[in-house]
Amino acid sequence: MKCDMILAGVGGQGILSIATIFGYAAVESGLYLKQAEVHGMSQRGGDVQSHFRISDKPIYSDLVPMGKADLIISVEPMESLRYLPWLNPETGWLVTNANPLINIGNYPEQDALNAELNKLPRKIVIDGDAIAKEVNNPRGMNMVVAGAASLFVGLDFELIKKGITTIFGSKGEEIVKSNIDAIVAGREFAEKNR
Amino acid sequence: MTKKKMLFLGDEAVAQAAIDAGISGFYAYPGTPSTEIMEYAQGSKTAAERNIHRTWSANEKTAVEAAIGMSYAGKRSMAMMKHVGLNVAMDPFVNSGVTGANGGCIITVADDPSMHSSQDEQDSRILADFALLPILEPSNQQEAYDMVFYGYDISEKYKTPVFMRLTTRLSHSRANVETREPRPQNEIRLPEDKRQFVLLPAIAKKRYKRTLANQQLLLEESEKAPWNKYIDAPDKSLGIIACGLAYNYLMENFDGKPPYPVVKISQYPAPKCYVEKLARECEKILVLEEGMPMIERQLRGLLDRDVKVLGRMSGEIPRDGELNPNIVAEALGLKESIGLPVPELVAGRPPKLCAGCSHADFYAAFVDAIKNKYGDGHLFGDIGCYTLGALPPFQAVNSCLDMGASITMAKGAADSGIFPACAVIGDSTFTHSGMTGLLDAVIDKANIVVFISDNSTTGMTGGQKSHAEGRLFKIVTGLGVDPEHVRIVVPTKQNHDEMVKVITEEVEYNGVSVIIPQRECMQTLRRKTKAAKK
Repeated sequence: MKCDMILAGVGGQGILSIATIFGYAAVESGLYLKQAEVHGMSQRGGDVQSHFRISDKPIYSDLVPMGKADLIISVEPMESLRYLPWLNPETGWLVTNANPLINIGNYPEQDALNAELNKLPRKIVIDGDAIAKEVNNPRGMNMVVAGAASLFVGLDFELIKKGITTIFGSKGEEIVKSNIDAIVAGREFAEKNR
Repeated sequence: MTKKKMLFLGDEAVAQAAIDAGISGFYAYPGTPSTEIMEYAQGSKTAAERNIHRTWSANEKTAVEAAIGMSYAGKRSMAMMKHVGLNVAMDPFVNSGVTGANGGCIITVADDPSMHSSQDEQDSRILADFALLPILEPSNQQEAYDMVFYGYDISEKYKTPVFMRLTTRLSHSRANVETREPRPQNEIRLPEDKRQFVLLPAIAKKRYKRTLANQQLLLEESEKAPWNKYIDAPDKSLGIIACGLAYNYLMENFDGKPPYPVVKISQYPAPKCYVEKLARECEKILVLEEGMPMIERQLRGLLDRDVKVLGRMSGEIPRDGELNPNIVAEALGLKESIGLPVPELVAGRPPKLCAGCSHADFYAAFVDAIKNKYGDGHLFGDIGCYTLGALPPFQAVNSCLDMGASITMAKGAADSGIFPACAVIGDSTFTHSGMTGLLDAVIDKANIVVFISDNSTTGMTGGQKSHAEGRLFKIVTGLGVDPEHVRIVVPTKQNHDEMVKVITEEVEYNGVSVIIPQRECMQTLRRKTKAAKK
């Protein structure tokens, strides 16, 4: 088993929480893991990305080779496209939040952006913000996207949920529940729309 | 023996290893990608229980000196910094090669090839080689952990500081690490030779000979170290030297089994016996190393003729930038994999000042008071979030050379007749390296305006405590700036006009003015509010 992922978004959107939760499940499953994060300057509202690899065999490189990623997980649609050179063109899936975060003047037109996403044969474009609101977790967009992506990661979904319980446990039962609701809703959407 | 598997960033593995290996003090100034070593130590319960020193230093020089002081006392210490921080610490660093160590001392430097968050991509292995220190360059998080134990052992065995080199990719990448049973700290034990650390010429000459003689012993250590190895393979048309992280990219491309002989190097002096064997048996040698071509240069020598060497200098590997699996694949002539191209509509998203940032309100006032009046070219910048003032919308900053250089560059420009000559520096950068420059300006009565944009934190690296907090007015007046020309303002939109007025007044004063726009960093404030709620 192996899953090479690129997590993408804009600084502050919470891509590392996705990595933490999947990481928990991977470690619980006895898998090897490598996750290269971005710290420092690029966090200031700039594009951020994380290379995230899990495997049942030892992993050498901290970086995913280009063209070899099984999955792009993005919390922002334009950012998901930035990493296409990494995605395996024959088998890779792209899972992205549909809602743009516009903090630059030359952000592309929505239609043009959708047209690019539509060209991809294997993708889930999910309105993470709307679904998060539906489950009463307006700040849980990243968990919704994580739920959709969980369908392609190859980790036991129960362990992913256990990860949420463990990681958000200190913040109280309510937060745990609302994040589990978000991740379940995201996964259900992906099951219906894959 | 308790063996625990933990998920660690490379930086965290180093910190946990030092705690487990019996360290008594961490000394550092924040700098990406090294910051998390200290942050981990500060958050560690064990470190607190063991009363390990782990507060920030004013700069990298003071950090290295304190670490050497602790080593003098016979205890184990570590100084941590980013690559350019080592430049600040070069004086004690190089001389520590001559004084040697007493208690184990490791100087850990995180390089940033590709300049993800830095002004240059210098390779600090070259500086450690210059200082005649043994170098450890882990290829993964587990090695980083294990090497700290080993590093303290050889530091105490050969009485020398040991240098550990990390790079961004290892510092900021998480992986499973198996930890070891902790060992106790050292008791205080002064050096046998009480003049060991006195570098008077007569003593230094003797010490230096000892350092030189040590090199052969360190080479022998290197040749038997477990992380240096010769991995044989049948195809001798090529031999490969893979240093540090480069080893992973090589293995990635061959699924762990390269068809060519490989020398893995993670400790220096480079293991000569393996390199010699490789040169003897293979037609040519490809050198894979992160950063600058250090081994490649050594191998080529001045005449570049005995061994056919491929690498960064001959173009098989790009001369600059960090390595990755694809660059290594290309150098090996393997078919490079690549996905779809990035659609043209994908726009760049550069970092910017946060919404509500105090620096932004300062820049807005500066632009109105100076840039719009005297034109672009009057503001010397420094290192921190506020360097982003060089980019749109303000485009106000004209330099970013090194920590503290804003004040001294402004002074040099003022000496040459530029008016107005202004400097912008953050509070933490000011206490790191700005104070001495300000003293120069005061002594010379330079006609400059210094803005200490005080957000009461070390913002860029994630909001570490600033040494300047609550002390700026006293420091600048103590250095001799006339208190009448030290102006504290609160940078907000409402205070814009007042700030413009203050700046205009101080520009007209012929002498050193210090204006302190003072308002807490939004990110630090948010974290504090969050923590208070808990």
